[in-house]
Amino acid sequence: MIDIIQGSTYAASIDNLILLIGVLVGVWFVLVEGMFFYLIWKYREQPGQKTQYITGKEKHLKRWISVPHALVLVCDVFILIGAVQVWRNVKQVLPPADSTVRIIGQQWAWTFQHPGADNELDTADDIFTVDDLYIEEGKVYHYRLESRDVLHSFSVPIFRLKQDAVPGRAITGWFEATVTGDYDIQCAEICGIGHGAMAARIHIEDATQHAQWVAANSVSTTP
Amino acid sequence: MSETAVAVGHDLHEAHDHHGPTGILKYIWSTDHKIIAMQYLFTGMFMGLIGGYMAYVFRMQLAFPGINVPGFGQVSPGEYNALVTNHGSIMIFWVAMPVLIAAFGNYLIPLMIGADDMVFPRINRLSFQVFLLSAVILLLSLFVQGGGFGGAWTAYPPLSAVAEYNQTDLGSSLWLIAVALEFVAFLLGGINFITTLMNSRAPGMKAYDIPMVCWMIVIASVLFMLSVGPLIAGAAMLLLDQTLGTGFYDPARGGDPILWQHLFWFFGHPEVYVVLLPAIGITIDVIATFARKKVFGYKMMLYTAVATGVLSFFVWAHHQFIAGIDPRMANVFTVTTLLISVPIAELCFVIVATLYGGSIRLTTPMLWALAFMAEFLIGGVTGIFLGASGADIYFHDTYFVLAHFHYTFFPIAIIGTFCAFTYWFPKMFGKMMDDRLGKIHFWGTIIPFNFIFIPLFVLGMGGQHRRIYNYQHFPELATDSMYNLRQIATIALLVMLAFQVVFFFNMIKSWINGPAAGRNPWKSTTLEWTTESPPPHGNWPRDELPNVYRGPYEYGHPDREEDYWPQNEPV
Repeated sequence: MIDIIQGSTYAASIDNLILLIGVLVGVWFVLVEGMFFYLIWKYREQPGQKTQYITGKEKHLKRWISVPHALVLVCDVFILIGAVQVWRNVKQVLPPADSTVRIIGQQWAWTFQHPGADNELDTADDIFTVDDLYIEEGKVYHYRLESRDVLHSFSVPIFRLKQDAVPGRAITGWFEATVTGDYDIQCAEICGIGHGAMAARIHIEDATQHAQWVAANSVSTTP
Repeated sequence: MSETAVAVGHDLHEAHDHHGPTGILKYIWSTDHKIIAMQYLFTGMFMGLIGGYMAYVFRMQLAFPGINVPGFGQVSPGEYNALVTNHGSIMIFWVAMPVLIAAFGNYLIPLMIGADDMVFPRINRLSFQVFLLSAVILLLSLFVQGGGFGGAWTAYPPLSAVAEYNQTDLGSSLWLIAVALEFVAFLLGGINFITTLMNSRAPGMKAYDIPMVCWMIVIASVLFMLSVGPLIAGAAMLLLDQTLGTGFYDPARGGDPILWQHLFWFFGHPEVYVVLLPAIGITIDVIATFARKKVFGYKMMLYTAVATGVLSFFVWAHHQFIAGIDPRMANVFTVTTLLISVPIAELCFVIVATLYGGSIRLTTPMLWALAFMAEFLIGGVTGIFLGASGADIYFHDTYFVLAHFHYTFFPIAIIGTFCAFTYWFPKMFGKMMDDRLGKIHFWGTIIPFNFIFIPLFVLGMGGQHRRIYNYQHFPELATDSMYNLRQIATIALLVMLAFQVVFFFNMIKSWINGPAAGRNPWKSTTLEWTTESPPPHGNWPRDELPNVYRGPYEYGHPDREEDYWPQNEPV
């Protein structure tokens, strides 16, 4: 089985939601398929057997539809609550930012604008990189996601995060990394012939490493 | 009212009988609904072979990157995009719709309601001609300079709108024109299905005496007509953006790329039910016949199908959770999307319940019908993960989505087609198919099918995203275990494709050489089995047009010696 690590504060909540849905629909799946194959076996053609004439109006049989029907609805409510909670937490309500980065998609590369030593975006000491995003573990980042040409989608599987980049809009979202190391960034929306090569890496560093990286690069890019 | 319409139908017949074409033209220029159905069926099957060939080429590239694919050669990134785009477009617009709706709708509706033809036979002929033109344009678009369109079957702008972004100037426009023409063909066909069902029913056939498959095709046609308008408007704007440089989807000039997504999915989601409902109709008809059982709750099923159709207009934005729409909107669409699981579950329950108390005969068509249910359920339950906004953040645009919708579309378009084809083959060609070869083909298709798509669920859970021609650029996706899964899927596809030879062999062998079917080989109750196989022009001799006395699923009636009671038999 393929397993990928949980690398953000909300990764576990998304995985748990997937697990919840998996258990609920798994039970239904097994029940319905089980009943289905049981009936196929039980009512297989046998000599001399006459079929029963059932219209579907019989009250005691109708229960076999109406009760599961209501139970499906109950399961839906549980899934709904879980889904909306996770969604609010990941996409709708943003915690205050410790730092902000700008992410720009274009055919077929990602440009990352880091805030530099002053921790403010759009100042002279900003650090620009292509296809390499450097962030610090344990800090809340806001991202401003933009596109220069077509749709792209910023996807970091270890964060369980995905967001389309739309030309003409700056879309804000957030993440907070809980691990260090280098991981994949994908473009998850087809963007032309180079879509399959629009890969980038996210470099998650601890505080000291990140401070060193900022110090080393912030200065050199200042005009 | 229905009698008047039948009378009008007869007059039309007389009109075209006298000037009707002869010889080979009879098959090309015919207004007979059965010939038009065959035209749709075989065009659809031909397009299905092309779609399958495309799948073979890009699955080979995915499993063995850079390989010289036998029968194609090396796959470039541009070609890869064009292949996946056109595979999707073909399988939905040129296989599922023409076969399930147009072919079986055309063949079955007049025969099952006891009419001699469609209400508008010439519109029917025009419908196929426009459809054929659209197929030709689509196939030609693959060979123009720059190659075929490669912006995915969803054709999101700006990629699809601007030549310098997609680099397939002519291919994109031709693809769009082909899709638009296909819509025209189905609007023409849909008008016919709806009016024919309303007006041409045999005397005595009331609304609840109509076989489920006819209802489902007509509900699907209504859904299609109601949903396609916005997309045609959207396609016109996209074509103008492509060719005249307008800016409907260009944010720099006041346009909005997300507008297209709304228009596309407002059509695109009902479209799923447009093809699903006919497949469910086919399945329930076949299951009733071979379980020798009345459908469990005819009205319940009918109204559930209508409810599914209505709800399907309110779920479209679940395709766009992470597309940049207002995040609050996702909550609304999660509610509607989860709600739609209720009627779909109910349809499944009805199918299962119909087996209860039956006497089940596992003929080839019955195996297909049961397989539809068993496999579609996997597609149904995996959809819940994607409809739940929180989980979709991770799953969106991964192979989990891809595996999910193949578990819905494969049962619909492939299993549903084989089910209907093997069931009505005796009526269409007057011969029985070979049941043993039919079963070999069945297992040779169903088993590999699962081996193709279950690995893809796993890959999707591992974060593998879609429409990537080569995963070498993504270290986390280029591991050995992932390549093993991709290779399993590809090899399973090769096996499945190989087994289709058995089907075509069986079809041709049975057509030429099969035992005569007689009028009603399955001992079924519906009207199409009361005429000769194959039915003559006009379906029944003029004085033998059937009257209807009861519902379509009178199997095992307690008052009868025989276990079936045809709809047309007087009390």
